Amino acid sequence: MSPKALDYDSLNENVKKVQYAVRGELYLRASELQKEGKKIIFTNVGNPHALGQKPLTFPRQVVALCQAPFLLDDPNVGLIFPADAIARAKHYLSLTSGGLGAYSDSRGLPGIRKEVAEFIERRDGYPSDPELIFLTDGASKGVMQILNTIIRGEGDGILVPVPQYPLYSATISLFGGSLVPYYLEETANWGLDVNNLRQSVAEARKRGITVRAMVIINPGNPTGQCLSEANLKEIIRFCYLENLVLLGDEVYQQNIYQDERPFISARKVLLDMGPPISKGVQLVSFHTVSKGYWGECGQRGGYFEMTNIPPQTVDEIYKIASISLSPNVPGQIFLGLMVNPPKPGDISYLKFVTESKGILESLRRRAQIMTDGFNSCRNVVCNFTEGAMYSFPQIHLPPKAIEAAKKARKVPDVFYCLKLLEATGISTVPGSGFGQKEGVFHLRTTILPAEEDMPAIMDSFKKFNDEFMAQYEDNRGYSRM
Amino acid sequence: MPREKYRWTRGGKNKSGRGGELHVTCRNGKAKQQKEPGERGELRGNPRRWVVILNKFGHPETRGLENDVAVRDAKETRKMRRIVARRAKDCYHTLNSPSSSLFHRSLSSASSSSAVDSMGPPPKSAAALSVDSINPNVLKCEYAVRGEIVSIALRLQQELQEKPGSHPFDEILYCNIGNPQSLGQQPITFFREVLSLCDHPTILDRSETQGLFSSDSIERAWQILDQIPGRATGAYSHSQGIKGLRDTIAAGIAERDGFPADPSDIFLTDGASPAVHMMMQLLIRLDSDGILCPIPQYPLYSASIALHGGTLVPYYLDEAAGWGLEISDLKMQVEDARSKGITVRALVVINPGNPTGQVLAEDNQREIVDFCQEEGLVLLADEVYQENVYVPDKKFHSFKKISRSMGYGEKDISLVSFQSVSKGYYGECGKRGGYMEVTGFSPDIREQIYKLASVNLCSNISGQILASLVMSPPKVGDESYESYLAEKNGILSSLARRAKTLEDALNSLEGVTCNKAEGAMYLFPRILLSQKAIKAAEAAKTAPDAFYAKSLLHATGIVVVPGSGFGQVPGTWHFRTTILPQEDKIPAVVSRLTEFHQKFMDEFRD
Repeated sequence: MSPKALDYDSLNENVKKVQYAVRGELYLRASELQKEGKKIIFTNVGNPHALGQKPLTFPRQVVALCQAPFLLDDPNVGLIFPADAIARAKHYLSLTSGGLGAYSDSRGLPGIRKEVAEFIERRDGYPSDPELIFLTDGASKGVMQILNTIIRGEGDGILVPVPQYPLYSATISLFGGSLVPYYLEETANWGLDVNNLRQSVAEARKRGITVRAMVIINPGNPTGQCLSEANLKEIIRFCYLENLVLLGDEVYQQNIYQDERPFISARKVLLDMGPPISKGVQLVSFHTVSKGYWGECGQRGGYFEMTNIPPQTVDEIYKIASISLSPNVPGQIFLGLMVNPPKPGDISYLKFVTESKGILESLRRRAQIMTDGFNSCRNVVCNFTEGAMYSFPQIHLPPKAIEAAKKARKVPDVFYCLKLLEATGISTVPGSGFGQKEGVFHLRTTILPAEEDMPAIMDSFKKFNDEFMAQYEDNRGYSRM
Repeated sequence: MPREKYRWTRGGKNKSGRGGELHVTCRNGKAKQQKEPGERGELRGNPRRWVVILNKFGHPETRGLENDVAVRDAKETRKMRRIVARRAKDCYHTLNSPSSSLFHRSLSSASSSSAVDSMGPPPKSAAALSVDSINPNVLKCEYAVRGEIVSIALRLQQELQEKPGSHPFDEILYCNIGNPQSLGQQPITFFREVLSLCDHPTILDRSETQGLFSSDSIERAWQILDQIPGRATGAYSHSQGIKGLRDTIAAGIAERDGFPADPSDIFLTDGASPAVHMMMQLLIRLDSDGILCPIPQYPLYSASIALHGGTLVPYYLDEAAGWGLEISDLKMQVEDARSKGITVRALVVINPGNPTGQVLAEDNQREIVDFCQEEGLVLLADEVYQENVYVPDKKFHSFKKISRSMGYGEKDISLVSFQSVSKGYYGECGKRGGYMEVTGFSPDIREQIYKLASVNLCSNISGQILASLVMSPPKVGDESYESYLAEKNGILSSLARRAKTLEDALNSLEGVTCNKAEGAMYLFPRILLSQKAIKAAEAAKTAPDAFYAKSLLHATGIVVVPGSGFGQVPGTWHFRTTILPQEDKIPAVVSRLTEFHQKFMDEFRD
C-alpha cells in the first residue's frame, strides 16, 4: 500500500508555517484545566459575550424576527417584540430575495451595503459607494480575501506592525508571502515612526522583496493605542510614495477610552489630504460586528470598503467572493443594524443607548483598572489602553526565570503565562504570539472580564507576579531598595 | 574592530524650498552594549540626554551631534527638538536591537530616503493593486454559476424594474443556482423557531412565548443554549464549532450510517465551501499536485484548485451510462497524470452529482473506496445533497458507511465528508452552515486542520445550530414532528415531481437529451447545436453553449449556466438548470423554454 496522500511530510508547507497564538498552547492548556474543573478566566480572545457581556436587545429582537418570519403575521407578536423591531425586521426581510435562507449577492445584500455606505458618509463626511463595499463573514474573511488577491509569492511583502494581531502573520504565511515587520515604539506609547517604516521597506527590498501593502491596526491590537491624525497623514503619504496598498484594520473604532484622540478613519484622513494623494493611495478598510459595544463575535458579520481600487481588480475580488457564494445573511443583518441603530424617537432608542453606553463606559473603567493594576506590579510596565480591548504589559523577566524557561523548553513569556494560568486560572496570550523586540517579554490580556471581577483578578495577578519574581529574582534585597 | 561612525545629515529640500527633516545615520553601527535595566524610564524627551547616552557608547562623532543639538536648541522650535530626540532615540534603539545590522545595510539608501521626504511624484510602477499585479491564481479562477450570464440577468432585472414591459417577459427566473428559498421554498418551521429563540434567549421563559412558539422548539432551544458556555450565542465558539452541537451531529451521523462517529472529527464551517477550500489548502503544495475531479463538476472545485495553485486532473462521467463513474477511466487518468509528473493527491466525488444529478450505486462506491485505498488518495466526498434523492430504486449511502462496511477503519483510508445546511429539504443557503467529518488522518494533520480553522476563529453560530438541527430533526412523538414531516415530504416530493416534469419536457425538445435527475437539484441536458449556431457563437465570441444560454435569457428571462462552466466532453454542449422554480411556475418555464428552443433551432437550422 502506498503512503497516505496526507502525511505530515506531504502537507502544504505554508500551512505548517502558520502560527496562531490566540488559540495556541496556552488556550489548549486552559481548555484542559477547565475540563478538569478549574475556573478559567479566558482573557485570550476578544470575545465579550463569553465573559458575560449581554447582547444589545434591539438587534437580537430584529434578527430573531427575521429568523421566524411567520411570527410577523401572528397577532400576538406585539406582546414580546416592540413595534420598531417588527418594522425593522420587515425592512430587512424586504431587502432579501427569500429571507435569511437564501444566498445573497456574493458581496452582500445591496440594501445593507447602502446602509453601510450611508454610515461611512456620516462618519467621514465623504460619500461612499455601496458597490465598493463587500460584506464578509467577519473581518478576518475579508482580510484573507484581500491578502490572497495581493500576494503572488514569497517575493511579495506586506508591512505589518509588530506587535501585531496574528491573523496577519498567519494569513501571510498561508498564502506564501513575506511579512515585513515594522516595530511600534513601546516607549512612545506604541507610536508608529515613519522613519522606522522606511528602514523596514529598504531592508526588505535589499532582500529582493517587493513591498506591496501596509497593515495598520487602529486602535491597536494588541497594543491599544489610537493613531493621531498627523500620524495617519504620515502613513498615507508614505504609502503614496512607496506605492503601497493601505489595509486599515479599524474593527475597534467604537472602542475608545480617552478623549484626546478620538477615532479617525484612514479614509477620512486620506480624502482630507486632497489630490494627488486622495486619488492615488489604494485603501481597504475593515470593520466588524464582533467588537465595539456590540461584541457579536459569533455572528461573523463584517465588511471591507475599497477606495481607489481599479474596477477590474474589484471585479476579480468579486469573483473570489462569489466562489464562497455569500456571507451569512443573519450576520449581514447584524451589520446593517450596527451601522443603522435606533434613532432618537424610536421606541427602542432609550434602551439601546442605555445598554450601549453602559458597556462602553464600563470598558473604559476596566481599561483604567487593568493598566493601573499592571503598573502597580513589580517588573511590569503597561501603556494605557487608549482603545481596542487589550492590555499589553511588558514583563521584565529576571535572568533566572529565562533560564528556567529554557530548561522547560519554553519561550520565556510562554513559561510565564503558563505559570500564571496554573496559579490563577487567568488565560492570557504570550507576547511572542504577536511579535516583540528580542529579549523583551509581554503578555496580552483582554479588558473584558466583568467589572466587578476585575479587582479580584488584578489582585490574584499581582500576588502571582510577586511570588514569581520573588522566586526567580537574584539579590532580592538589593533590587527592592 | 570596525570603527562605528555616525553621520548627521540634513534631509533634502522639497520643491517649496522648505527644509526637510534631520537624519541621524550611522555607519558600521553594531550593538555593543545591552540596554541596562532601569534605563527605560530615562530614555525619553531631552535630546541632550540621548546624545550623552550615545557618547557613552563610544561614538566620537556624536560629539558633533551634541553641538548640533545645542545650536538647534537655540534656533529651532520645540518641535524640531522633539524630532531630534526621536531620531537619536531611534538610533539608540537600532543600535540596541539585534537586527541593527539591517540598519547599516540600509544606509546606502539614506540619500534616497531624503528624496522620499521631499514629496516627489510617486514611482511610475503599476498601481499597487491592479489587475496586472494581483495574484495570478486569482485571475485563473472561473466560477460560472455567478458569471457573465448572471450579470446580464441582473441588468435585465433592473431594466424590468425601471421600465416594465421592456422585455418579452416580466420576471427573471434564476435557475442558475441552487438557492431554493429565493424561489419561494419555505423554511422548516421548527428549525426557524429554534434559531429565533437562540438568537433572542431572553424571551425563553416568558409565558407569552408559549403562545408563539411550539413547546419542543422552546425545549430544544434550552438544550442548545445549555451546550454553549455562558449560553452566549454572540461569542466565538471553539474553532471546530460548539462541542455539544458536534456531539449532536456525530450522533446523527452514527444513526444515519450505523457506524460510530466522533465529535472531534467534526469541523463546523460557514457552509461546505470553506471546508473544501481548507482541504485544498492542506493538499496543494504546488502546481504539480493534482486533484481528481469529475467532469462535469461543480465549479467550486476547479476554482479552489486554481486559487490554491494546484492542477485539476479530470475524470469523465459517462453521460450514456447515466453519468456513471468508470473506475477504469479513473485509473487511466491517474496514470496519464503521473506520466506528466503530477502527484495525484485526492479524489473528489460529488454524490448525488452536481450538475449531473446521478446517485452512485453502492457497488460503484465500493470500487471508489478500494481505488482510493490502493492509490493512497484522500477521498473528498461532497455529500451535500444526501437528502435529495428522488428515485425509489436509489438510496444515499455515505462513503464513510461504505468504507466502514467494507472493513476499512481509521488507519486504512483518509476520508472527508462535506455536508451543508444549504441543500436537502431545508435549503438554508443564507445561513452558511455546514461541516466536514474528517477521518483517517494522523493527529499531527488534525492539528494542522484545527490551526487553519482557528485563523478564522469560528463559523457563525446560527449556522452551527442549524447544522445540528438538520442532523437531529424532530422525532416521532415530538409536538412538531408531524408538521415537520409534512413540510419535509412536501418539499421533497414536489422536487421529485418538478425534476420529472422538466426532464420530460427537455427530452421532448429537438436535439436535446437529458438524463434523469436521480438526486441533487439539477438537470444537465445535452443540446445538439447546428453548425450554423456554432458559427454564430464564434462570431459573437462566446462558447456555443453560452451563446444558447444567453439567447435563452434574452428571450425568456430564464437563467441557466452553460455546460462549459462545469466541463464537458469536448464538442458536446450542455446547460445546467435547477429544478427549483416553484411548482406553479413550472408549466410556464416549460412552455417558454419549448417555444424558445423551437425558434432557436429553426433560426439556426443548417
